[in-house]
Amino acid sequence: MSPSTRVLLPLGAILALLPLVAQGRSPQRQATSPEEHQATTKQQQSRGERVFNQNCARCHDAPQNFPPQISGTIVRHMRVRASLSSQDEKALIQFMNP
Amino acid sequence: MFRTQTLRRRYTSCRTSWFVGGAALLFLAPIVIAQDTPLISGGTGFVTSTKGGNTTYLPVISPLLAAPLGSHVLVESRATILQSWFPKGGGQPGYQRDTFLGLDFLQADILAGRHTTVVAGQFLIPFATYNERLTPIWISNFEDAPLIYSIGTMGTSHGVGGMLRGSAASNASANLDYAAYFSAASTNEQFNAQRSAGGRVSLYIPSVRLEVGASFNRLLQGTRENFGGVHLWWEPANSSFRLRSEFASGEHARGYWIESGYRLNRFGGGTFLSGFEPLFRMQQTFRSSPGTNDGLPTADTQRADFGLDYHLPHEVRINSSYSREFSSDGNRNIWQTGIIYRFLFPAWRTK
Repeated sequence: MSPSTRVLLPLGAILALLPLVAQGRSPQRQATSPEEHQATTKQQQSRGERVFNQNCARCHDAPQNFPPQISGTIVRHMRVRASLSSQDEKALIQFMNP
Repeated sequence: MFRTQTLRRRYTSCRTSWFVGGAALLFLAPIVIAQDTPLISGGTGFVTSTKGGNTTYLPVISPLLAAPLGSHVLVESRATILQSWFPKGGGQPGYQRDTFLGLDFLQADILAGRHTTVVAGQFLIPFATYNERLTPIWISNFEDAPLIYSIGTMGTSHGVGGMLRGSAASNASANLDYAAYFSAASTNEQFNAQRSAGGRVSLYIPSVRLEVGASFNRLLQGTRENFGGVHLWWEPANSSFRLRSEFASGEHARGYWIESGYRLNRFGGGTFLSGFEPLFRMQQTFRSSPGTNDGLPTADTQRADFGLDYHLPHEVRINSSYSREFSSDGNRNIWQTGIIYRFLFPAWRTK
């Protein structure tokens, strides 16, 4: 086995296991009650609205409409431009995709 | 023989890489975030500017491209392409034109941690607020930049090197953010930059909607000047009033600008009146010693800008302003109008 294969195979195995790790978390999410889930979502949206008003809307109007497929890119751009923390970034994307 | 073995090894390695890479992509496809499609945004417009009786016409387009790479990297770039048509002067009739194409920034943003983003490439210098926040043509309220714009931005407004930035602390009661950069000297036409270093710290207090910040930059070549600045932004709660201001100081000159605006959408969104935004900006510069390269007026100058913008539907806005400038070099009137359209769409179609 060549050195590159020795490196690439474990790396590939780890990458391949990532979806399983992600799926493994989903039952925990399902364990929370619908009310708790709704409350968390509302909190995130409320924080997202605050982040939007404090950072984005102070300089420019919100885009009148945009397809949801670019909302993540917009938020990542704003994270850098407006120096957002990763929590604020998550809240903002939740606010833009309710 | 050696070449054959090497090629075979490379082929085997390449085949393994493609197999592993393909398998990884196949498995990773379901968790790729669907909202991360690259986008093209920006603004295009037509601006006229009459200064001291001479009118210049400026068709301009400023496209912005943002493309995420994976979950932690964003590559983004903005350019400005414009053509200026201005009188020939010297008593000659007609106009001559000048074309400009410049890269405002081309940077890779690496999301290194919860509170840190590493920026590499050509970036806008983080000094005060105007350069980073208000230079896009679809954001700026006045067509002209403030008189003190060149203080702290090293003449080029961008640096080539690296920057650390982010939110040091953020909660419902305060938000503290920072930016620190180093730029190398570059004489490349599109990546022109001066050797400099500096940074900015800002504190935003949401309860009173007040932001205060301080900036410091040092030019590390030639005359090795220091530049300092402070800024204050205030938007009172439950009001459409907005106040923005900056004070900046260099070795040879200093100055300030204060801009206030009031958006009439408080009188009912969607009505004819709600699109208006009256603006006022006051500026002063003070020259302490001759500095031919700092971009500020050679004599003390006062300027009052009266603006009236109108926000049309479909991302179109009309900016108009009248300015009166007072200086020992001569007083003059400045009239400016512009119509700007902002665009934003995905770089390609996805499901």
